Amino acid sequence: MSTVNARSPGEAAGDGQETALAAVEARVQESLRQRTARARRAALGYPILVVVLIVLLWEYGTRAAGVPPFILPPPTLIAQSLIAHWSMVLHHGWATLVEILLGFGLSVLIGVPLAMAIFLWPAFSRSVYPLLVSSQAVPKVAVAPLFVVWFGFGLLPKVLIAFLIAFFPIVINTAVGLESIEREKILLARSMGLSALDTFFKIRLPSALPTVFGGMKIAITLAVVGAVVGEFVGGEEGLGYVLLTANGSMDTPLLFAGVIALTVVGVALYLLVELAERLAIPHAALRQQARGGETA
Amino acid sequence: MQHDAILPAAPAQSPDDVLIDIDRVTQVYAGVGSAVRALDRVSMQARRGEFISIVGPSGCGKSTLMMIAAGLLPASAGTVRVAGRVVDRPQTDLGIVFQSPVLLEWRTALENVMLQAEARRLPAADAERRARSLLTAVGLAGFEHKYPHELSGGMRQRVSICRALVHTPPQLLMDEPFGALDALTRDQLVLDLQELWQTERMTVLFVTHSIAEAVFLSDRIIVMTPRPGRIAREIGVDLPRPRTLAMRDSAVFHAVSREITDFFLEQGVLRERAAGLSR
Repeated sequence: MSTVNARSPGEAAGDGQETALAAVEARVQESLRQRTARARRAALGYPILVVVLIVLLWEYGTRAAGVPPFILPPPTLIAQSLIAHWSMVLHHGWATLVEILLGFGLSVLIGVPLAMAIFLWPAFSRSVYPLLVSSQAVPKVAVAPLFVVWFGFGLLPKVLIAFLIAFFPIVINTAVGLESIEREKILLARSMGLSALDTFFKIRLPSALPTVFGGMKIAITLAVVGAVVGEFVGGEEGLGYVLLTANGSMDTPLLFAGVIALTVVGVALYLLVELAERLAIPHAALRQQARGGETA
Repeated sequence: MQHDAILPAAPAQSPDDVLIDIDRVTQVYAGVGSAVRALDRVSMQARRGEFISIVGPSGCGKSTLMMIAAGLLPASAGTVRVAGRVVDRPQTDLGIVFQSPVLLEWRTALENVMLQAEARRLPAADAERRARSLLTAVGLAGFEHKYPHELSGGMRQRVSICRALVHTPPQLLMDEPFGALDALTRDQLVLDLQELWQTERMTVLFVTHSIAEAVFLSDRIIVMTPRPGRIAREIGVDLPRPRTLAMRDSAVFHAVSREITDFFLEQGVLRERAAGLSR
């Protein structure tokens, strides 16, 4: 591209107007800077403000209305319970975390290759895909007791339930991501003489990554649900177990403490997956393109 | 004036001269009820180093013809020969530019161009030197390490052209490469393409909707009928090279674009008065 050297009227008129224009530029830049700073403050400030308001309302509302703590404990009581039982919550939280991570890891380890097989092998796809989709109609929660019968009260049934719930979105998103590549990209690869293997790993798989991560983000939140369901059904460890025992002894503050601990685990894991996505797909604009496909 | 009957293949020439020989290529798609004819016995030849445009209305099969010439689509009947060899699989001895730039979003401009070299396992250092010089030639010096989303539409298409040329292919196939760009960017890219062609001297098949683009760039223009696509005319453009934008006002330029326009009017591809709007 050749640059055009025509002088703008402002330049031709001399330095006076040039400095005036520079002042306008500076003003526009400054106002943009202020606006973005304000927007950033608001993005963080408003949610915090709302949470603080809700907590205050909760605290004084329950006290003023005389709601008994076993029905709805005020936040201070929940905090006290959390502090009093922190080592116990930590211990069980760790157990739940291990189950979630194993279940999620398993769903990635099995889900992604399964999706590849579905994509690469049409006969396999035709036989397995309908089965896979209809298997999703089976409520996994209902299968959980069966897993206890089969695998006992240990770690395994929890991991399996977490896996069972989490792996579906990973399979579907990966398969869709692999499928939905621009046709021209493949034609191009063929005209370059790129081997089938190289086309898959250099073009198709990276193209699918944003969608795959979309599936993983859904899966990690589902894995949390799966692990807790597993703990509900049997066993003596994990935050689900804490919830059950707290419920049995009408210790509602502890129940809430357990829910908060679970939420913290869930959010932390979600952020972890998002971090992994950032590392795998360094450019925000590329991650953005998959936002449409993300249904969570 | 020629008639819009099917012309015999281009005038006799020494066979070595012909790079792309398309012989009675017919393309039929199975449709609901009856089959759809997309191409009807299309025959044409492209000499080495020739710049040929294929002009025709949407749906005339010109893109299909290009895909068949590239070996990316098997023809229902007829053959394509490139340098005497029958094309029965995807050709790799060429560069392709599509209407969309088809860049890999996670690769920089330079890395996108280098994909071609990687696929062909060309010596990396030489290929990179060539990639950089091509990018410079199309005005992208300084943008080598930008990602596609940081480039404008015109810049992306330039990268795509560089990628198609980095391995110095004897043929360049372009399928409406400038169709999605604004008018000024198109003009610039047309000029850039002419310059590239004059230095590289590859054979170009350039599929376009734009009569002006075709006349400006081509040695020969192949005009196609509406579906089923047949070759209606072959028009040589007798303008000196390098062509300048001012030549768009020359008599030759006008005569050729007039001839094509008249043909499209005759065929009902263009209508000067909308039928339903008469008062």
